[in-house]
Amino acid sequence: MIPLGHYLIVSAILFAIGTAGVFLRRNLITILLSIEIMLNAVNLTFVAFGRFAGDVNGQIITFFVMTVAAAEAAVGLAIVIALFRHRESLNPDAFTSLKW
Amino acid sequence: MLALIPLFPFLGFVVNLAMGRRLPKGVSGGLASLAMLASFAVSVIVVLQLAGLAPEARAIEQTLYTWIASGDLNIGLTFRVDPLSAVMILVVTGIGSLIHIYSTAYMHDEVDSEFARYFSYLNLFAAFMLVLVLGANFPLMFVGWEGVGLCSYLLIGFWFKKKSANDAGKKAFIVNRVGDYAFILGMLAIFAKFGTLDFQGVASAVAAMPAETGFGILSLATLLLFIGATGKSAQIPLYTWLPDAMEGPTPVSALIHAATMVTAGVYMIGRNAVLFSHAPETMTIVAVIGALTALMAGTIGLVQNDIKRVLAYSTVSQLGYMFLAMGVGAFGAGIFHLYTHAFFKALLFLGSGSVIHALHGEQDVRNMGGLKKELPVTYWTFLIGAIAIAGVFPLSGFFSKDEILFETFVEGHKLLWTIGALTALLTATYMFRLVFLTFHGERRHDAPATAGAHDDHAAHGHAASSHGHGAGSHLHDAPPAMALALIVLAIGSVAAGWIGIPHAIGGHNELGTWLAPAFSATRVVGEAVGAEAGAEAESAADADRAALELTLMGVSLTIAVVGIAFAYFVWVKRRRVADNMVREFPGLHRLLLNKYYVDELYDATIVQPIKAASTEGLWRWFDVRVIDGAVNGAASIVDGSAGVLRRLQSGSVRAYAGSLLVGVVVILGYYLWR
Amino acid sequence: MPETFVFYAFSALAIGASTLVIGQRNPMYSVMLLIASFGALSGLYIQLDAPFVAVAQIIIYAGAIMVLFLFVVMLLNAPREDAAEYDRSHPFAHPNIGRFGALLATLLIVQLAWALSKVVEIEAPVASRSDAASVSSVVEMGRVLFTRHTFAFEATSVLILVAMVGAVVLARREGPEQ
Repeated sequence: MIPLGHYLIVSAILFAIGTAGVFLRRNLITILLSIEIMLNAVNLTFVAFGRFAGDVNGQIITFFVMTVAAAEAAVGLAIVIALFRHRESLNPDAFTSLKW
Repeated sequence: MLALIPLFPFLGFVVNLAMGRRLPKGVSGGLASLAMLASFAVSVIVVLQLAGLAPEARAIEQTLYTWIASGDLNIGLTFRVDPLSAVMILVVTGIGSLIHIYSTAYMHDEVDSEFARYFSYLNLFAAFMLVLVLGANFPLMFVGWEGVGLCSYLLIGFWFKKKSANDAGKKAFIVNRVGDYAFILGMLAIFAKFGTLDFQGVASAVAAMPAETGFGILSLATLLLFIGATGKSAQIPLYTWLPDAMEGPTPVSALIHAATMVTAGVYMIGRNAVLFSHAPETMTIVAVIGALTALMAGTIGLVQNDIKRVLAYSTVSQLGYMFLAMGVGAFGAGIFHLYTHAFFKALLFLGSGSVIHALHGEQDVRNMGGLKKELPVTYWTFLIGAIAIAGVFPLSGFFSKDEILFETFVEGHKLLWTIGALTALLTATYMFRLVFLTFHGERRHDAPATAGAHDDHAAHGHAASSHGHGAGSHLHDAPPAMALALIVLAIGSVAAGWIGIPHAIGGHNELGTWLAPAFSATRVVGEAVGAEAGAEAESAADADRAALELTLMGVSLTIAVVGIAFAYFVWVKRRRVADNMVREFPGLHRLLLNKYYVDELYDATIVQPIKAASTEGLWRWFDVRVIDGAVNGAASIVDGSAGVLRRLQSGSVRAYAGSLLVGVVVILGYYLWR
Repeated sequence: MPETFVFYAFSALAIGASTLVIGQRNPMYSVMLLIASFGALSGLYIQLDAPFVAVAQIIIYAGAIMVLFLFVVMLLNAPREDAAEYDRSHPFAHPNIGRFGALLATLLIVQLAWALSKVVEIEAPVASRSDAASVSSVVEMGRVLFTRHTFAFEATSVLILVAMVGAVVLARREGPEQ
């Protein structure tokens, strides 16, 4: 009963929020959290479309997305820990060794 | 079988090249000579086979494989021997063998590796020359043509530590190259016109055409080929390299610059007799240039002081005779003279080599004299050669030169005949001047002292005393190997002409008859269109003709005798006359001594402008500014752009994320657009 | 009506929580708020007849991933975000860059809106399928997952293994064992 469009709009808004978080925040952990928000938005889109088309694949994709998100979060946080040990800071601007 | 003829000397080249420095001189020299003798033996066998065939069908052909097969162009590695090339291969291998044997003694003072190098080049030359005369199509002949040019360069500059030798070698090669360029253009013209480059094919195609009036494609092609011949055979305007080529060892001068390589141009015209006789305009040019060259070279030879230079200009002059013959249509006469000239010119050069060898490198005739008693073998053989070249009956030079002059006269070219007769007078004069100054009278030392005189002997470190002779003690005559060559060639100079004795005095002109089929399109049965055989017709000449010939023979003989007598008078009896003449005409003398300043002219008009254009134009402007500019410019562009692009590596993670976003926006926009 | 109300409620919660996530200075609060957001999303999934996904969302995302984040936050004793120190020297602090970024963001929003408008049946209601139960049942999901997507499934397990090893290696302290 709720139009597909509504779900899509919600998802788009969530994605935009996530993107904004990635680019505006200066804390590595918050950046990672924003990435999780984006992934969830995408999940929502998939499920909505799947429901509308009567296809179960929409949900299956979310299964994989979640798994990959978990793996990525684990590795990403490990990197954050390693970086923190190096510079005692979680600000991405502190890591500029690769500049020209 | 045919392929063996050039193959033997080629193998000699390979062996001497690969192993020569480790072989003792006897082996390397002997091997080279043996290769030539083997080649000579095979040539004799082949010619005998040829003689067994009927005159119209006298041709033996052997194709090794198809060299080029490209579109319409089909060229095989084909050797063909017919009466004309039969004469040539016998001359090249026979006289070549003698000169190889002579060289084993003459070059004896060289170190083993140099000795072997010499013989490897000499064999290579022979191989290429044989390819030239046996080739059945233009490209194969051209391969030989270029190859002998290369060997000429290598051998002229044999003593490469001497700057003058290097320069002479380069000059020879470069001047030849100019001619070769014209030759290639001529080949292209012929291919464009006839679609084939096979000699037989071209001859057949031309025979079906009428002779050309005016200047058309045939005249152009033949003129271009002739320009190539002027380069190789040292005619005006490309003769300047030959006198300088005397920097090479004397046997080289004898073989390459007297008997064989320089005759390649004459041979080429003979080979294409049918083609040339269909282009009367070119024939006229050939005859005129031949005659003028003969005269000009004769005048220069009259005043030269280096024994080899005199002989060099004599060669140029005699080649002029051959071209004169070819130009008036007397192809057989031209080849006849080529054949006899090979004998006596090689003899004269080898004789001069013997003199130089005995005098430990002295080449200036002003320092000679009185050698008659001390070098008898050399003297008598040299004298025979001089008599032959002067054209005295019954030696070979008489018959061949006389035939040329007769044919010229009979064809109506009275002016050219006059020039030819004048040149004959000069020939006798300068030749006997040389004989008298070198061998008669008392030993002189008149030449001004020049440090490092241009003697080829001294160049390879031969100390004057190494033979154990001080000044004033006995000179030793030619060692056996050299004497053998001299004697054989002397016999040849006397007797070689006897196969061409004209009918008018009772001979049968065997050579003319032998050569005749080669100058007509033999494949076209029944139609001997094209060249007129330079030989007398088989049928009895008519009485008027015979009488004319006898008269002209008398004239030639008289001229020769007058020349010899004049030389005797001036240079034996009254030496003062010569000196007076020099004093009376200093300008003329200087003009002749400096060879009409032609070299200086070429240098000023051609060499210097090219040098200037190359240095200023090509080097300073094009190479430095344009090419280096482009290369350096490319580098600096990379440098500059790299300098800008490296700022993308800001090290800021967020900047990278930002660029990701830009990418996303772009891609999204693209997909939405579609 | 109740459906619409529930939808709006959950949506508002999700969006609001997410906005606050990116607005917090203290990462601990961000994590908590994100958990709330995930819960709301889970509700949306239930509304979409996807019970398995909803439960998985809670268990995996809220229960595992967020807990992991919490652990890391507490381990690092992450300081409050301090922006001042690096801003002065940062090349991207240039005001033009900020304007460029804003431009990009606007572009992105425009594109998203445009894309959404292109979806033809945007107004078409999500049909209440009679076969909803069979289509999105766990049994059905399992069947499709383990037959058509077997390879992806296995690959994902390898991925998890790799991630585990990688995380251990990357986070290991250098030097003497602790």
